[in-house]
Amino acid sequence: MTIDFMGKRHLAAIFSGLILVGSIVALALLGVNRGLDFTGGTLIEVGFGESVEPTTVRNILSDAGYTNAVVQKFGSETDILIRVPPTSVAAGTGSQTILGDQISAALGARIGKVELRRSEFVGPAVGDELTEDAGLALLAALGMIMVYIMFRFTGKFALGAVAALIHDVIITIGAFAAFQWTFNLPELAALLAVIGYSLNDTIVVSDRIRENFRSTRRGTSAEIINYSLNQTLARTLVTSLTTLLVLVALLVAGGEQIAGFARALTIGVVIGTYSSIYVAATVLLALQLSRQDLAVPEKESADNLP
Amino acid sequence: MADNGVFGQNLFGNRNDTKNPHHYPVWRHFVALFVLILACVYAAPNIYPPDYALQIQADNSDLRIGVRFMTQAAKILVDEGIRVKASNTTGKGGLIRLRSDVDQLRAQSILDDRLNPAGRDRQFVIALNLAQTTPAWLQDLGAQPMTLGLDLSGGIHFVLEVDMESAMAKALGDEAEKATNYLRQENIRYRASENMVQGKAVRIPFATETTRDQALRSLRSTNDYDSIIASESQGSPVVEIGIGDERMATIEDVAIEQNLTGLRSRINELGVAEPLVQRLGRSRIVIDLPGVQDSSEAKRLLDKFATLEFRLMAKPEDRPSSLEVMPYEGRTRRLQRANIVTGDSVINASQGLDSETGLPQVNIELDSEGGERMNRATGPNIGHSMAIIFIEQKPVIARKVIDGEVVEKRSIREERRLISVATIQAALGFRFRITGLSMSEARDLALLLRAGALAAPMYIVEERTVGASLGQENINRGVRAVVIGFVLVLLFMLFYYKVFGLVANIALAMNLMVLVAVMSLLGATLTLPGIAGIVLTVGMAVDANVLIFSRIREELAKSVPSIAIQAGYGRAFLTILDANITTLLVALILLGIGSGPVAGFAVTLSIGILTSMFTAIFVSRGIVHLIYGRRQVQKVWI
Repeated sequence: MTIDFMGKRHLAAIFSGLILVGSIVALALLGVNRGLDFTGGTLIEVGFGESVEPTTVRNILSDAGYTNAVVQKFGSETDILIRVPPTSVAAGTGSQTILGDQISAALGARIGKVELRRSEFVGPAVGDELTEDAGLALLAALGMIMVYIMFRFTGKFALGAVAALIHDVIITIGAFAAFQWTFNLPELAALLAVIGYSLNDTIVVSDRIRENFRSTRRGTSAEIINYSLNQTLARTLVTSLTTLLVLVALLVAGGEQIAGFARALTIGVVIGTYSSIYVAATVLLALQLSRQDLAVPEKESADNLP
Repeated sequence: MADNGVFGQNLFGNRNDTKNPHHYPVWRHFVALFVLILACVYAAPNIYPPDYALQIQADNSDLRIGVRFMTQAAKILVDEGIRVKASNTTGKGGLIRLRSDVDQLRAQSILDDRLNPAGRDRQFVIALNLAQTTPAWLQDLGAQPMTLGLDLSGGIHFVLEVDMESAMAKALGDEAEKATNYLRQENIRYRASENMVQGKAVRIPFATETTRDQALRSLRSTNDYDSIIASESQGSPVVEIGIGDERMATIEDVAIEQNLTGLRSRINELGVAEPLVQRLGRSRIVIDLPGVQDSSEAKRLLDKFATLEFRLMAKPEDRPSSLEVMPYEGRTRRLQRANIVTGDSVINASQGLDSETGLPQVNIELDSEGGERMNRATGPNIGHSMAIIFIEQKPVIARKVIDGEVVEKRSIREERRLISVATIQAALGFRFRITGLSMSEARDLALLLRAGALAAPMYIVEERTVGASLGQENINRGVRAVVIGFVLVLLFMLFYYKVFGLVANIALAMNLMVLVAVMSLLGATLTLPGIAGIVLTVGMAVDANVLIFSRIREELAKSVPSIAIQAGYGRAFLTILDANITTLLVALILLGIGSGPVAGFAVTLSIGILTSMFTAIFVSRGIVHLIYGRRQVQKVWI
């Protein structure tokens, strides 16, 4: 059975376009909900002996003077996450570093048994640097990949791969913006892993396309690409499936602290699988990849025969 | 471009193999077996759970912790009803192994009470520790369990920023002092000035251009300065001394090094079992204190800076410009500006109580140069008074919102106080004592003098505390995620690829073991994202096998099984290589930007990629050969 992937590429292009526009709109209107690692500030996770409503905690905190603390449940009924932006600390000694102790003391006085599970303080300068480094890392990753693929394949493949990667990255960040999930350092790591993963898929497909362009003498470019996609389809799906299996395990069992990371990867893997079929290959077709692009010295083509 | 074919075929035998598909070099089985055995050995330490333990170290090098001491310490605990698993001496001190974390905390406070009587200088540091239980024969082979990151072990993580401007100002101050001392020696008169250090240069003013030029020539002849030029500042001729870029970098390195040393000895005082103190980038220092829960105690020591200055009180013949005025006991006192010695010359300091008055005192010991200077200064001034100034610096970060942006303004709050004015009874030497401080000030001063001065002040720019229970929960969740993910993948592969799935599963299990072994061998730190990296590796590691197997399935349509298997492995290899190298590139970039947990993820991902390539090529290939290689196979279960 052969699926006509390339015949539906215009439909796929519209689909990709719509999600991309949606992602960019979400990014522009809502923006990424940057976490503590990037914004700086203080984050405190407290555990109570019993179930506690965030509103109760919020009231206690605003009585204690922390008016713009963000309070939310974290993973379970008894866990509360409190985030205090750096702005709300009065000028003075670097008092934000002792905020954790103060807040848990204030809560302990009113609610009773409080366990300070985690307290994090990041200076705004560190956060700003990290934001800059993160952007640079993404660009560096894309740049290095482009050079590597140009070296191993051709410029057209490099463009196709990088287009697929940008597509995946924008949609994954877009999802984080649309649902306002917190984006922290582990999520950035996940994003880079998505780049690695999606690229892995794209290369496997590209590799087969190249092989078929060299070994097949008949057929249009679209036909050869389509044939290659079908040949690699089983592998693409199996690998995506095993990866998704472990990601589900991570989402279900890994706990709240790693959930964002697993979520980013799950979205990325799904989108990455789709993009290796549609985005990279469609770009190749759009760039009019032909046999001449893949012409190789006689000796090497002889080597590639069985 | 490299010749693709050769690359692939060298690892899978040469092209003649297609003619003889049964050929598979035996050495590859041995490589696989050898690695498997090594992996078992070096992964093994991770299955032995560590003991809760206390580490006892003498604070003072005169004390030795011997076997008898440890037996007594263990007996103290047993008498208090705490069960002791073992107690023994180690290279630097002693170790007591206990049953639980509750016992551990109780035992710490009991031993602290008994071994360090109140009111005396502390003699023993009692630190919480997790002692590994790796059997001796494994330890002899160099096998160690993986280190746990702070998010798994619990503890405090600090990032401190060293104020390089201060370090620079201090270096320039030294430069100014050196130059003016030289000029005084040479009898060239410069004009005294409060602020010779301006920006990145030292400016020494002179009365006339003639003396300035004379000074310039003289200073240049010493060849001690990177850049030295004649200039003009605020209407008077000056000599401008600058520091070159290379020396600037050296000064920064030295400042960081000195601060690292200072921090290490301060942290030693805290009693942390396995602290990590290291440089991060150009001007930052990262500190990990595993097991520590109380951050306020740690902070009190980290960013504080205390030192002393010893000076002579004003004498009638002193010029007013060389004097300074400070309050003392309700009166203003005049003292000389020049220091006899400073805290930099102190090599040891301990806190004690004055045997007559019962007031706190600090016993001080100077290095030989400081001792001589003290002796030279006090000898001719018997009957005169000496002043001791106590200086405490605390870095302060003020934050303000300007146009919606948070702006940090850093400054040093310095407190200088004349703590003692005493008549010199006799020439002082290397050892003496000072009084006039409160109990806690005496303790901190002794500690901070002993730990060595910091070259430059530091600010806390990042701090993370993870509670011990959260760490344990993170470990449990991580392990559960690995197990569930692993089992799901095993089942799927078995169902989808049958016999070959079993082969892939064996390779996957081995991959996991090699990954753990390599991480343990490299001393890599396992973090929560690191565990996520392992889980991800489990999912992605089968990819190499999946690539090979789908290729084999395709080839089976065209040729007999043995050739299909051969072609499947051969053809897939380059694809695997290309796909993995790019992922490796991404992982390396991650390693570059992230520290701590994210670096942990990058490390596991990178190692996982390499081990999965190894297992696909050597293990799964080898097993497939053992099953199908030796006979003419008619049918393969794939």
